[in-house]
Amino acid sequence: MASFLLKRILQAVFVVFVVTLTVSFAIRLTGDPALMLSQGAGSVTEEDLANIRQALGLNEPFITQYWDFIKGLFVGDFGRSFLGGTSVSMLISKALPATLALAFSSMFVSIAISIPLGVHAAVNKGKTADQVIRILSLVGLSFPNFWLAIMLVLVFSVMLQWLPPSGMGGFASYIMPAVTMGVILTATNVRLVRTAMLETLRSQYIQVARAKGLSETKVLYKHALRNCAIPLITYFGLQFGGLLGGIVVIERVFNWPGLGTLAFDAVAGRDYPVLQAVITVLSLLIIGINLLVDIAYGLVDPRIRNR
Amino acid sequence: MPQLGQDTLLEIRSLAVEFGSNRVVDDLSFRVAPGRTLAIVGESGSGKSVTSLSIMRLIDHMNGTIAKGEILFNGGDGPVDLAKAPVETMRKVRGKDIAMIFQEPMTSLNPVFTIGDQITEVLMLHESVSRKEALRQAGDLLEMVRLPDARALLSRYPHQLSGGMRQRVMIAMALACKPKLLIADEPTTALDVTIQAQILSIIRDLQEKLGMAVIFITHDMGVVAEVADEVVVMWRGQKVEEGPVDQIFANPQHAYTQTLLSAVPTLGSMAGEKYPKRLPVAVMDGETPRLVGEEHLQDTARYDQSPILTLKNLETRFDIKKGFFGGVTHRVHAVEKVSLDIWPGETLSLVGESGSGKSTIGRTIQQLQEATGGEIFFEGKAISAMSSAERHSLRQKVQYVFQDPFASLDPRRTVGFSIAEPIVTHGLIEGAAARQKRVDELLERVGLKAEHARRYPHEFSGGQRQRICIARALASRPKLIIADEALSALDVSVQAQIINLLMELQADEGLSYLFISHDMAVVEKVSHRVAVLYLGQIVEAGSREAVFERATHPYTKKLLSAVPIADPTKRPDRPMLEGEIPSPVRRVGDEPEIQPLVEIAPDHLVAQNAAG
Repeated sequence: MASFLLKRILQAVFVVFVVTLTVSFAIRLTGDPALMLSQGAGSVTEEDLANIRQALGLNEPFITQYWDFIKGLFVGDFGRSFLGGTSVSMLISKALPATLALAFSSMFVSIAISIPLGVHAAVNKGKTADQVIRILSLVGLSFPNFWLAIMLVLVFSVMLQWLPPSGMGGFASYIMPAVTMGVILTATNVRLVRTAMLETLRSQYIQVARAKGLSETKVLYKHALRNCAIPLITYFGLQFGGLLGGIVVIERVFNWPGLGTLAFDAVAGRDYPVLQAVITVLSLLIIGINLLVDIAYGLVDPRIRNR
Repeated sequence: MPQLGQDTLLEIRSLAVEFGSNRVVDDLSFRVAPGRTLAIVGESGSGKSVTSLSIMRLIDHMNGTIAKGEILFNGGDGPVDLAKAPVETMRKVRGKDIAMIFQEPMTSLNPVFTIGDQITEVLMLHESVSRKEALRQAGDLLEMVRLPDARALLSRYPHQLSGGMRQRVMIAMALACKPKLLIADEPTTALDVTIQAQILSIIRDLQEKLGMAVIFITHDMGVVAEVADEVVVMWRGQKVEEGPVDQIFANPQHAYTQTLLSAVPTLGSMAGEKYPKRLPVAVMDGETPRLVGEEHLQDTARYDQSPILTLKNLETRFDIKKGFFGGVTHRVHAVEKVSLDIWPGETLSLVGESGSGKSTIGRTIQQLQEATGGEIFFEGKAISAMSSAERHSLRQKVQYVFQDPFASLDPRRTVGFSIAEPIVTHGLIEGAAARQKRVDELLERVGLKAEHARRYPHEFSGGQRQRICIARALASRPKLIIADEALSALDVSVQAQIINLLMELQADEGLSYLFISHDMAVVEKVSHRVAVLYLGQIVEAGSREAVFERATHPYTKKLLSAVPIADPTKRPDRPMLEGEIPSPVRRVGDEPEIQPLVEIAPDHLVAQNAAG
């Protein structure tokens, strides 16, 4: 276990290094923050721009700038935002919980829908229920998520006025963003659960469980589902990464004060420190989730635990 | 409500079961008396397993339907028709009044729950006991099936147990609520003979102790003879004969029963014979039996020539467990200092149980596994001294036929393609037309038709597929065929035909066989010489006559005594075989003791520790 963790941590360091290096380098090719900052400020001389660059440390070579960023990482200091000079760590600490709350509630919505539907489809393979669930999941898969988000806002906020159209507030404000993300995930998850379940239901221990006189619910949700857990956890883990990517768009639509919005604004304003910090935090999150997935394997399957 | 006599626990009346429009069991009736054992015998597809699944109504979950008939069960408060009982009633019957054990002990236990959890589950469900009490009872049950260290086993997981131990856990689980009827569906088919003998004796003892009835489903007439009181013979979904076990064996009435019994290989059938013999096989041709093949002495072995294959101190080990720093801590000692010769036209059998290394020897010869020591000589030349071209051509001269004819053919390729593949690989025949002609010839050679070449594997039965595998093996004109449990998955009548086919090919083509099997009766039928393996070492070797009729090593004797005899009047009074087959896994540095072989008679070698 100790060597496993050590290996994983070294892997994580390497991944964060590669990702941040690529992102920091790439964003510097896209435009000059000094120009962005001075937009609308009337006549700006070349000298003014040079002063801004000097103040932001942009006149240094890229390697020096990147090295400063890395040094900051070790003491938890991401520097200050180019826009307004707020501490980046503070921005992140506000946005991260909002994003996590949205990501987990989306996952929760998706898992809560896809497991029962997938199990039901598997049990009724080839019958009407299975067909309906498969067609619905195909329809769900075909929706672009931003379109679904706008439609939801139109119906539930504008027409019915049941839910707030944007922002993060009480429980009601979570419903539409989480459902939007959840529905898209659910479409693939239902199919995955169905396939994994079909495989497991063919096993002899399922017959044995039925021969014991257990109720069908126990057979399916206790004996079968736990054996499907490995492929499901693997996929849910991978999906979480994709989810964090997709969340940028959804946060934008619902004006959610999370990492997505932060990253979006940072890209628009060439706010290097904020963008680098957001990407670093996102990579760490994804690495962390995958580590949890590996640990979860051992928890659900004793054959892996003892290896 | 229909009535049942006091002496009837279960009565099936004209049962018909269908999958879609396909009727797999038709007009089946039989009766089970309390405390008695009924054996249902038949070959694959005879409907015997479907019958047992119908009694438990597990076919509901397999898209099967009971089309007709009654399954009357006398659980204590009057007879219930299980064929029509609501699901809630079935749930109370399952696991409580009627319990079931299945064929595959490796897959019958849920891998993610502990043994204790799985046994207590059924106790807590039907007996409404607390978890603590259930655990206590589960421990008792494991002791009842003679599992050593029963309490400690409760917190173990299935993958930590051997197949025989898992089947005992299954039995303990099935008997947890003291059922009135136990249905055992091929419970010992997947197990080694000595373990089979253990399981059969455990079931028999517990049946007596608990006074329960048993329905024993099997294709093995030896097992039937050993356990059954009454027998029902099923063929193509119907009952063709029933009666007390003595009567079925002594005086079978239906033609199918007669052919079935005549095809059963019986230990000792070759006593006094010097060579193996091809014998005519009775097969069902429609409703009547027909004899195929003719009697022929298999005096094909050419001992005047030099051996085609020689193993000298062959050793195959593989590393398994790795330590913290990646160092090897444990090794499988699969094959240890094995020496043997195979002559042209000879069948040499390797017998032994799981972990004896018999399959590893085959795989090492075929270069599917690397030898870690010793030498293999083919036609006098050491493999290690061969060039890579010579090694490639060795693969042409040595072919393999595997156990599972379902898994060893590519389902997406036509049979013709699979047979032609070795011809193409080794560049034996140029031109598609000439190749096609050779494939057609090969198919006819193994008793199939040339037009079968265009079909896919799923269109064939198990026996036909094994013929196809043999045709594929013959395609490269080999000198040696390694048949690794090639007959084990086949029904007995098919098995007998394939044995004849193999012998016929041997006589015509001068083939040598390395015949790897755990089935002593089949080995006795086909072999010129036999080597008995135990934990990777040969413990006894010699002519078939010597090993079978003058068995000297205690392990050979134990193996022979464990084989069920297909004669109910000769129920063995064998001592209870205790213990597990030991594992060939050893710590690094813990070398096994090598027992040199001693010649105790001409062509009869025995390990030194038993030679006396």
